Amino acid sequence: MPTDAADVVVVGAGVVGAATAWYAARSGRSVTVVDRGSVAGGTTGAGEGNILVSDKPPGAELDLARLSSGLWRELAVEVGGFEYDAKGGLVVASTPAGFDTLVSLAASQRDTGVETVVVPAGELAEHEPHLTPSLAGGVLYPGDAQVQPMLAAARLLRAARAKGAQVRTGVEVTGFLRSGGRVTGVRTSAGDLPAGAIVNAAGTWGGEVASLAGVDVPVLPRRGFILVTEPLPRIVRHKVYAAEYVADVASDDADLQTSPVVEGTEAGTILIGASRERVGYDRTLSVRVLRALAAQAVALFPVLAGVQVIRAYRGFRPYCPDHLPVIGPDPRAPGLYHACGHEGAGIGLAAATGRLIAQLIDGEDPDLDVTPYRPERFEA
Amino acid sequence: MATSPYDVAVVGAGPAGLAAAAAALAGGARVALIDAGRQPGGQYWRHRPGDLGAVADLHHDLRTFRSLVDGAAHAVKYFGHHVWTVSGSAADGFAVRSVAGDAEEEVGARSLVLAPGAYDRQVPFRSWDLPGVYTAGGAQALLKGNEVLVGRRVVVGGTGPFLLPVAAGLAARGARVVGVYEANRPAGWARHAGAVARVAAKLTEGAGYAAALARHRVPFHTRRAVVAAHGDDVVGAVTVARLDREWRVVPGSERVVECDAVAVGWGFTPQLELPLALGVATRVDADGSLVVEVDEHQRTSVPGVYVAGEACGVGGAPLAVAEGEIAGTAAAATATGTALAPVPARLRRRRRALRRFAAAMHAVHPVRDGWQTWLGDDTLVCRCEEVTAGEVRAAVDELGATDARTAKLLSRAGMGWCQGRVCGYATACLTASAPGSAPVSALDLQGVSERPIAAPISLGRLAGDAGHNGQQ
Repeated sequence: MPTDAADVVVVGAGVVGAATAWYAARSGRSVTVVDRGSVAGGTTGAGEGNILVSDKPPGAELDLARLSSGLWRELAVEVGGFEYDAKGGLVVASTPAGFDTLVSLAASQRDTGVETVVVPAGELAEHEPHLTPSLAGGVLYPGDAQVQPMLAAARLLRAARAKGAQVRTGVEVTGFLRSGGRVTGVRTSAGDLPAGAIVNAAGTWGGEVASLAGVDVPVLPRRGFILVTEPLPRIVRHKVYAAEYVADVASDDADLQTSPVVEGTEAGTILIGASRERVGYDRTLSVRVLRALAAQAVALFPVLAGVQVIRAYRGFRPYCPDHLPVIGPDPRAPGLYHACGHEGAGIGLAAATGRLIAQLIDGEDPDLDVTPYRPERFEA
Repeated sequence: MATSPYDVAVVGAGPAGLAAAAAALAGGARVALIDAGRQPGGQYWRHRPGDLGAVADLHHDLRTFRSLVDGAAHAVKYFGHHVWTVSGSAADGFAVRSVAGDAEEEVGARSLVLAPGAYDRQVPFRSWDLPGVYTAGGAQALLKGNEVLVGRRVVVGGTGPFLLPVAAGLAARGARVVGVYEANRPAGWARHAGAVARVAAKLTEGAGYAAALARHRVPFHTRRAVVAAHGDDVVGAVTVARLDREWRVVPGSERVVECDAVAVGWGFTPQLELPLALGVATRVDADGSLVVEVDEHQRTSVPGVYVAGEACGVGGAPLAVAEGEIAGTAAAATATGTALAPVPARLRRRRRALRRFAAAMHAVHPVRDGWQTWLGDDTLVCRCEEVTAGEVRAAVDELGATDARTAKLLSRAGMGWCQGRVCGYATACLTASAPGSAPVSALDLQGVSERPIAAPISLGRLAGDAGHNGQQ
């Protein structure tokens, strides 16, 4: 390895790249982060900043989410400055059958260590006074939290810089340096960057970066819209969403799915999601989707009918066919690690992803078995 | 869309939109004319409903206005309609969705003319959030639309020829205009004599305002600016100062001037949310504004979408009228399937001459970066979200923002009610002037000009019938 090489080059200055840079820099590695755009300019800047355990059934993603939510709690103290809010999530069901399903999901989650509180219909108003009275019941997840995602990425990068990391925005990766079968750095629009390890944290564009290294990682965009209301006094206390949301997240359907997700923010605005559709990178505003989001939000919180929407934005979730992220070394291209494909959970899962990648690069035993997330799992 | 009831939908009923509607009607098209105002005229010919006579002395070229209104008489008017989104394509038809009072309206059309106009460009200064500080356009709108004076002792400042009619109007209606502080030195006009001489009417207009100011003994100062406002609850005075070439304050030149109102304007920012929603190509104009790229026929890069007036480059009402006529004619031809005739030589020449005039105007009235040195770290940049200049700079210096959109999202500047209409330009400039940042680019400005929801709409209205069911 050339003497001017960094230990780690991270491709992507979104929240996953930022967390990876932070954990690697903290363990004493020299780190360079490159991004063709700006800090948090991709999917990180288009999300709500959720750190959720509630929306994942027991399995590999919930394991990752549980690890990550603990790490975010630590980061809020160690790094801070990104509006960490442990506000809790409230999942509600509109029918008795839906409530039954929700309660049994909660029971299975509780077995893995997730804190859950079943809330009968009559007690929902104690938690969310403005909810429609017509619901069948809900489950409260005190472990759900929220951060301001762009600030989270920017603060983690700043903390990494304080430990010697370099952040180079406006620099595009155009290829990989190789030595035999091994990748030994990246070619960029600003010259070659040799490195001991390269981390693909390019989010929705992770598949394109992987293909530059000659390996296939199937990451596809899944579009989502968010509505933002005028600032209001806090009338929505938790992240509140409908039980169908869990099914939508796991759906393989390319067509539009919408389920109501409503939450207040520190700035006073209310964020309303969530839609999922596979339409490539189409940035056009879809009135149909906005109408569906508005209707569902008003159905959950009738008081919102008179509240003004002042903004809407869209983002592209990095989606993998099995809805699990791609985390770990790529045996097809030694030296290359992947940390992408987190779909709509990238903010929440970023802390654990960054930590695991740093541990793997250091040759340590990772906090969690990364086998379920291995990059080569899609090979036929 | 199953059917398109209109051939052409014109959004905006100011000079460009009225001319477009009249030309499209003359071309045989069925035309919808949509505007947020309750009567035609836009900002330029703003007046109280049915009462143009009362403010006729404040207006220019009312003959043109009346003839355009007559020409547009057969358009179906959607006035008082705030357009919140436009969508569609030439193949499927376009939809213009607006909110009017309690209802939402959808207008379908085969082609679109967007004539959204512009609003005052603002740069922040100390205590500019005090009541009594107005935009120059705001002061004029109150005068033309409501015959209300913003104050009794008024300071007018900023840059550009628009300051003159504002000051003249205020003086004509009895305000004591303490002074007009033009940050540039318009004597520079001499260098652009060619461009100016071709547009004799514009020159006469300027001379008329100058004479009016002289008559009312309004002092006109150049290379001076209002750099701070003072007052406890309302503005009671301003600091004016002499500027050097880069608009830094010349030390020792500061003077406190007592007043009860200030009207400031630094040129105009075109309203681009609707064109941007349709994905049209843009560029940065000579005055630093993001504007829409159009061809000879005012066609944008998106088939079926035409743009006229300030959104193609700030140039004043006569240019907007010429562009509107060209756009309306072309949009009607496209929609009705007739061949597009070459633009008549008369209109081509007029547009070219007026554009040269506009270019000269921008060259003589630039906004220099030195205004940034007037700000303290605690000076508000974004008034809606109360974000200070120091916080915008921290987003750049500490958090690594290298473009305006990132600076906005990391500092919240531009994320409140006005969605960056007031502070977007200042935020983009503050970001671009930091070491390591690139100059303001079209992409930067696009990041602070895109507003997919172009006007607020309530969730219940957006939800439609489903929303009302939810309320029960």
